[in-house]
Amino acid sequence: MMRHTSTHAAPVGTPAAKRHAPRAGGLLGALARSRETTLFIVLVLLVVGTSLARPQFLNLQNLRDVLLNVSIIGLLTAGMTVVMLMRHIDLSIGSTVGISAYAVGSLYVAFPQMPVPVALAAGVAIGLVAGGINAVLVAVGRVPSLVATLSTLYIFRGADYAWVHGGQINATSLPEAFSRLATGTLFGVPALALIAAVVLFALSFYLKHFRAGREHYAIGSNPEAARLAGVNVERRLMVGFLLSGAIAGFAGALWLARFGTVDASTAKGIELQVVAAAVVGSVAITGGVGTILGATLGALVLGVISIALVVLHVSPFWEQAIEGALIVAAIAADTLLARSVAKRMMRKRDHG
Amino acid sequence: MAKPDSALLTRKRATPLRWETLLVIVLVASVLLGRVLSPVFLTSANLANVLADLTEIALMALPMTLIIVAAEIDLSVASVLGASSALMGVLWHLGVPMPAVIALVLLFGVLAGLFNGLVIVKLNLPSLAVTIGTLALFRGLAYVLLGDQAIADFPPGYTAFGMDTLWQSFIPLPFVIVMVCAVLFTVLLQATAFGRSLYAIGANPTAAAFSGIEVAKIRVWTFVLSGAISALAGIVYTLRFTSARGDNGEGFELSVIAAVLFGGVSIFGGRGSMIGVLLSLLIIGILKNALTLDDVSSETLTIVTGALLLASVLIPNLVARWRALRDRRFIAKSASSS
Repeated sequence: MMRHTSTHAAPVGTPAAKRHAPRAGGLLGALARSRETTLFIVLVLLVVGTSLARPQFLNLQNLRDVLLNVSIIGLLTAGMTVVMLMRHIDLSIGSTVGISAYAVGSLYVAFPQMPVPVALAAGVAIGLVAGGINAVLVAVGRVPSLVATLSTLYIFRGADYAWVHGGQINATSLPEAFSRLATGTLFGVPALALIAAVVLFALSFYLKHFRAGREHYAIGSNPEAARLAGVNVERRLMVGFLLSGAIAGFAGALWLARFGTVDASTAKGIELQVVAAAVVGSVAITGGVGTILGATLGALVLGVISIALVVLHVSPFWEQAIEGALIVAAIAADTLLARSVAKRMMRKRDHG
Repeated sequence: MAKPDSALLTRKRATPLRWETLLVIVLVASVLLGRVLSPVFLTSANLANVLADLTEIALMALPMTLIIVAAEIDLSVASVLGASSALMGVLWHLGVPMPAVIALVLLFGVLAGLFNGLVIVKLNLPSLAVTIGTLALFRGLAYVLLGDQAIADFPPGYTAFGMDTLWQSFIPLPFVIVMVCAVLFTVLLQATAFGRSLYAIGANPTAAAFSGIEVAKIRVWTFVLSGAISALAGIVYTLRFTSARGDNGEGFELSVIAAVLFGGVSIFGGRGSMIGVLLSLLIIGILKNALTLDDVSSETLTIVTGALLLASVLIPNLVARWRALRDRRFIAKSASSS
């Protein structure tokens, strides 16, 4: 209501208010759009800049590599986004990916005839168990998610080592049909990327158009207010961690298909890369702000940079430093942007 | 209504067990466990191993305690360690004399911490997000400086420092640095105005600011201390292993944070003590060593770190809930009987 009255008041308001009059959808909508638009522009600039410097950058193989590299990270980033929206974090996903990849691989060693959907379902099931443990710790045990998932990061990885014991799954143990998840294409697009796109689209739809999806945002904006408004915070938290776990388990199965070789240290440390992609993609670590589209663009930007460095013959040792600088810059830019918008809204309230 | 309340007040309540007391008990238990698992455990050579393995984690845990008490976090410590190690190697290869190398590396640590602190305070950003960024940034710097090379030709006088023990005892020389720093940081946190303001900031930053505490300045200082000590840890690590590498200490940040939280420091700030953290470090070091002697692989041992960390938060939470439930029942009972 407040926003409606002020939008109507804007045209007759002071010149200052008129100058900053928002487009339809309100300032918050404009802000969300501008974050994603900025990311998109950065992405385009990166691709165009690199192609101008090295025309061979724009070939199908590189594009395919970017898509393959980003698919798994993008999936994980989307799962992390749901959790981060609620002011929480899931550091255990790297360990879940590792244990799920090895488990699915072992299943193939035991049952070489296992159909592909069963393998993927097994990955998701393992992820659900891992996510369920996190969910119970956070929602029932009231353990802060940073602590809970840092613990399970260690526990899952330790369990992985205890089980694997220096063993390894090789691509030769995997049936052709399973590996084709990564190598196969449909209309020239890698199957892996298509699978990722479907999941990302579904998640995005859930967050945007479902009551439950909106509740994730409400919790992150103000947990107390959300509770008072009748949101079942514990249930949404459990859903968030279960989703993040399920996606990590699914990603583990895809990881196995993509890389073929899996041991106990698979996907170690990937959680920070994922948080980085989400943060670059304008998902606020303080909750309440962020979209799957933004998170995916963040993962794409980081993925394109890593390939661009190779094409530009920059030493790969620069990659991490650039990634780090980018994360700091992205958070700083987001905050400054949000602050200027907040200031504008305050001014509008005072004058309108 | 007044009656059940007063009944609650007059009812005898068990004094809550302090977390530090519990840690002492666990510490004694883990020493006994070590003794049971292996006859080698209590030899001075093995005790020297326990302490030596703790060196860098313990050093970085000291400023991390201050930071977490003030309700912030620094994920970049291990990357500062790595960058310091790489810088040390590069400077030494450039022909800079060793004392100057050490001074410059410490200066780098101060600047790295200052960068963290200023970005967090000036832009009012969450430290978790900023230090995830600088975790990548400083580790990246380490790789930029040294790539995947290792530099190992440090002067023998300095590397001997990394290996020797104090007066033929079981205390490694590098651990003497840890002990000195531990005393300084304990005094700083528990016995100075600076330390008390950290608790105030952690409990409620707005209230702290209104009571005249220079919140921003103090926050920056904690990050500067963290940077400097992490650089010191980088120097010690390099000398202990006679190897400057970009990937030195990768992943240590999580062990450091785990040790601090297991020591009873609340992740929400405002609560915890340095004594608790020191006890927690010893427990983790001893348990890991004891289980390694029992042939458990070091990677599997991360389960122990995780379980301890989880227990440190879950147990007090469950106890508090159980107490609340018991008190509610008690109130209900006294209300119905009156």
